[in-house]
Amino acid sequence: MSNLNQNLLADIDPEISDRLVANRRAFFKTSALKLGAMASAPVVLAMSAQNAFGAELPKDIVDVLVFALTLEHIEDAFYRTGLETHGLIPDKYVGIFNQIGKHEAAHVAFLTSALGSAAIKRPRLDLTAGGKFGDVLSNFDTYLTLSQTFEDLGVAAYKGQAGNLIANDGILTAALQIHSVEARHAAIVRKIGGKKPWDGAFDEPKTKQEVLDAAGPFLA
Amino acid sequence: MDVTHDSSRRRLLKWTGAGAALIAVSGAWLPNFGISTTLAADLGEGDVGILNYAYAFEQLEAAFYTQVIKTPYEGMSEAETSMLTDIRDHEVAHRDFLKKALAENAIPGLEVDFSSVDFAKRDSVLGTAKIFEDLGVSAYNGAGQLIENVDYLAAAGTIVSIEARHAAAIRDLLNMNSVAFAGDDVVDKNGLDVVNEPAAVLKAADPFIKTDVTAMSLV
Repeated sequence: MSNLNQNLLADIDPEISDRLVANRRAFFKTSALKLGAMASAPVVLAMSAQNAFGAELPKDIVDVLVFALTLEHIEDAFYRTGLETHGLIPDKYVGIFNQIGKHEAAHVAFLTSALGSAAIKRPRLDLTAGGKFGDVLSNFDTYLTLSQTFEDLGVAAYKGQAGNLIANDGILTAALQIHSVEARHAAIVRKIGGKKPWDGAFDEPKTKQEVLDAAGPFLA
Repeated sequence: MDVTHDSSRRRLLKWTGAGAALIAVSGAWLPNFGISTTLAADLGEGDVGILNYAYAFEQLEAAFYTQVIKTPYEGMSEAETSMLTDIRDHEVAHRDFLKKALAENAIPGLEVDFSSVDFAKRDSVLGTAKIFEDLGVSAYNGAGQLIENVDYLAAAGTIVSIEARHAAAIRDLLNMNSVAFAGDDVVDKNGLDVVNEPAAVLKAADPFIKTDVTAMSLV
């Protein structure tokens, strides 16, 4: 395991790890024995996370988490790039986009940890979607439009996958916790754009294919 | 888990080893866990219990925003009126949706108690709205894993993100253009929103509900 990965994993809230790794205690025991007294608790916890989340998760759940991680990578890169582009985001909104970006980076780290060896690295991205949004990094209106697109898409995507996670309480709950954060993001970004924070009383889900069709143009 | 008996509020929260919650709020400690008053509603078992739990919460929210619009606080702007009217309509739609889904299993209408809210004051109204919305998000986030039927899980999903949008909008009204919409008080370092078990939610909602709400077998 790389140092980077270890740091990411050690950063997971232990309570979350507890919920996600049902057999953590048993694993801790064996691993602690194998590693001897030199291993610190976070390192052992990290190892258990790596194994239990990645290698031991059933394929259908891994598929959902890889799908989610793909979207989080797009969002993470989108906000990183936007915040690094001088003069793009008006001063009064920089704090808000910093906060959103912080969460997306945390989601990438969290899902990467959850997936362990099954995690994917950030895919190659094209934030202009083949030139369709050529001024995304010079025109704040365009940037805002895409921000709303990604956030609303994220909400619909997690919603659409909840049923596929029903067999794993810990992962379902974590996904729901990400889902509502994306909805908070969507609301504020819409408000900045002068729109209502919602479209009606119910938020509709999107299938994986619908989401991939929408996100596809941003994957280079 | 332990029995917690908060005698000052006469609450009983009891957990069985299997993780089933036995909860009584807002009323006397009920002997033999029976319901001793006509103003009582048990949420029921399994998915019905969870849907009733959501229905109880949506009733509370719908009643609150109905009052907010009926008696607007001093200086409510046009934009605020529009937003709060939308939210009222959403909560009423959620309430009616759940009532219809529950049909004959629905609990009766709850009697609410908003005596702690000053509907003439913006801070009091929006402060209460913030509590309700954040609590609603955490309640649905916690209820997801308790739902067995995948269709009910999907239905809850269409509601919870609207509650989260409400929460962000209300938080922004209270603290414009700050990070409060998704502040560090509700989103942890893993980027995860708050999650609460029914016992914690019912306890937090207790001061606003007169009717005894019990979850005799909410698993």
